[in-house]
Amino acid sequence: MASGSRALAALILLLVAAPLGAVAWRAEGLSLSAADLAALRFTLMQAALSALISCALAVPLARALARRRFAGRGVLITLLGAPFLLPVIVAIMGLLAIFGRAGLVNIALQPLGLPEVSIYGLQGVLIAHVFLNLPLATRMVLQGWQAIPAERLRLAESLGFAPADLARHLEGPMLREVLPGALATVFAICLTSFAVALTLGGGPRATTLELAIYQAIRFDFDLSHAAGLALTQTAFGGIAALLAWRLTSPAGFGAGLDRPWPVVAPGGWRLGLDGALILLATAFLLLPMLAIAATGLPGLADLPASVWAATGRSLSVALLSTAATLTLALTLALARHPPPWLGLAAVLPLATSSLALGTGLFLLLQPLVAPGRLALPVTVLVNALMTLPFAYRLLLPEARALEADYGRLADSLGLSGLSRLRLLILPRLARPLGFSAGLSAALSMGDLGVIALFAGEREATLPLLIQRLTAAYRIETAASASLLLVAISFALFWACDAGGRRAAA
Amino acid sequence: MTQGVAVLQLDRAVLDQDGFRLTADWTLPQGARAAVIGPSGAGKSTLLAAIAGFLAPASGRILWQGQEIGPLPPGQRPLSILFQDQNLFPHLTVAQNIGLGLRPDLRLSPEDRARVEAALSRTGLAGLGGRKPAQLSGGQASRAALARVLLRARPLLLLDEPFAALGPALKTEMLDLVAALAGETGATVLMVTHDPDDALHLTDQTVLVAEGRADPPVPTQALFAAPPPALRAYLGETKNPAR
Repeated sequence: MASGSRALAALILLLVAAPLGAVAWRAEGLSLSAADLAALRFTLMQAALSALISCALAVPLARALARRRFAGRGVLITLLGAPFLLPVIVAIMGLLAIFGRAGLVNIALQPLGLPEVSIYGLQGVLIAHVFLNLPLATRMVLQGWQAIPAERLRLAESLGFAPADLARHLEGPMLREVLPGALATVFAICLTSFAVALTLGGGPRATTLELAIYQAIRFDFDLSHAAGLALTQTAFGGIAALLAWRLTSPAGFGAGLDRPWPVVAPGGWRLGLDGALILLATAFLLLPMLAIAATGLPGLADLPASVWAATGRSLSVALLSTAATLTLALTLALARHPPPWLGLAAVLPLATSSLALGTGLFLLLQPLVAPGRLALPVTVLVNALMTLPFAYRLLLPEARALEADYGRLADSLGLSGLSRLRLLILPRLARPLGFSAGLSAALSMGDLGVIALFAGEREATLPLLIQRLTAAYRIETAASASLLLVAISFALFWACDAGGRRAAA
Repeated sequence: MTQGVAVLQLDRAVLDQDGFRLTADWTLPQGARAAVIGPSGAGKSTLLAAIAGFLAPASGRILWQGQEIGPLPPGQRPLSILFQDQNLFPHLTVAQNIGLGLRPDLRLSPEDRARVEAALSRTGLAGLGGRKPAQLSGGQASRAALARVLLRARPLLLLDEPFAALGPALKTEMLDLVAALAGETGATVLMVTHDPDDALHLTDQTVLVAEGRADPPVPTQALFAAPPPALRAYLGETKNPAR
């Protein structure tokens, strides 16, 4: 077991380091053109703005959710966890239905004589990133609010604190603790978000580094240019991701978010504001999904064969990469006396991005095999690596506790190898394993990243096919396929998570 | 009590756990029942952990019947150990927990199952094999762990205060069961305790662990009748059950 975990960790390091090494080698020194610098500037700016807007909205929304009780509050908080699993391309489809040229917003604005809202360019990227990350930021801030001890809130009430005093003495210090992590997390996610830029960005004024990498490979076939961009992306993305990783504690995923607010919540205009915020946020998060359902449902019955083929490919990719992720994460989490580099290997993929790794793999493999034939294996590999940090982080504390509680008993009974796995580890870790599996499967199912670099006509996964359908203005088919994709993603998550819970019970 | 040849030998063993050092250099005869007594933090559990294979000696050797057992993993040593708690896996049934004593992979034959049933009956747990440990009382959980010891039938039994959480009457009952089971299997017993009454109740020998040393075993009665300074300091002047 000990040598096995070290060998696997070394393999992970190699699988991350070799592509990045190829990228660095092919980059031939960093000479960024004016267009590249513009892409870098746009990448950083949109990520910073996305983080600021998401967190600025998350603070009042989280406060409203923390201090108000209403029917459906639990459902809404659960819903806030969903965008993490929602395939990005599906979210974009939904936003197009609301904010697009023929979307609800523009239909409403037209009779009023107001100018048309455009979902493309910077504002489109920002709308999509806020849609995808506002829920995450809200949950992080809400956790901070719920962590304020009830005694302290009651003390504040007994001292006659007005809402402003509460904000200054209790909520302000809490936000100073929580917000840096939330800002860094959203910033890091938006820095490497590819699908949003691919569908809503583009052009000289709204191209991100990841999109520029994609264009350099797919359109210009300028591999050293792509390598230079990937190197830049890795440098900035790596710093942001590691910063976010350091600033946040493991995600609680909804645990303990329903503690009742221990003091009387303020009434008057504050009650109205909280209510309006909750309603608006719910509408912003739900309407795009409902629009997708409305557009896609009729066409669900007669989807073209290409959609079903892509679904099959996506399912295979999701299941294989989930199996690989769990094997890697569990082996590393169970390592005894792990050297520090073992943990580093498990989180290192976070410091890179799907497209940067993909560029490296493209550089390494393209001379040997046609890229199209490698599209699915490479996607399995990259997805497995990219979800490994999450699965590892979920499993590590549980594996440590298991070893501390039952390691010696198992040793003293000679419970080792496969028997230990079957009789002790799998049953005791079923819950976090199921949750990790669900997370990996849903993320992999919905991923639109490295596949775009490699896939030809016949290797598209479902998310990539949806993007191609959208680009070809086959919106209704794309909406139906989106509905299928989101249903499968959530079903995969639910099946794994529920399976783990049942096995643990 | 008949005492055989020396079976357990600590040969100039030096145990080192995070800078804490304990030395031991003595033997224990076959069939002996020895208490390990001393102040908390003196290294009683460290001594058992080393014999059980959870802690490699910094120097010296640990031998069983003249064979060094140092290279053996815990599960292959000629011993069973009961810890202070967590002696049963909570997700397995009582019968499965006991069955682990026969085959760690739990692929039990009909004969194996019959032996599990017999061990359940012998320890007063007949009919409870299908329960999970959480559905047992503290005394029943102790009995289940002892039933597994019975099936493993290893020649050395290490007890690291497994009954400390039980009430006095229940604890005495468990010690009597240990004595009976050890008598049936002929096992040598080494039992950590902080209670002189336990030592006097079950054991004929006592190892005093204090001041970085595990002393050679001496007759329990004689030890408490004339306690050395380290033991006197631990017991306190007023409480001495042997007087």
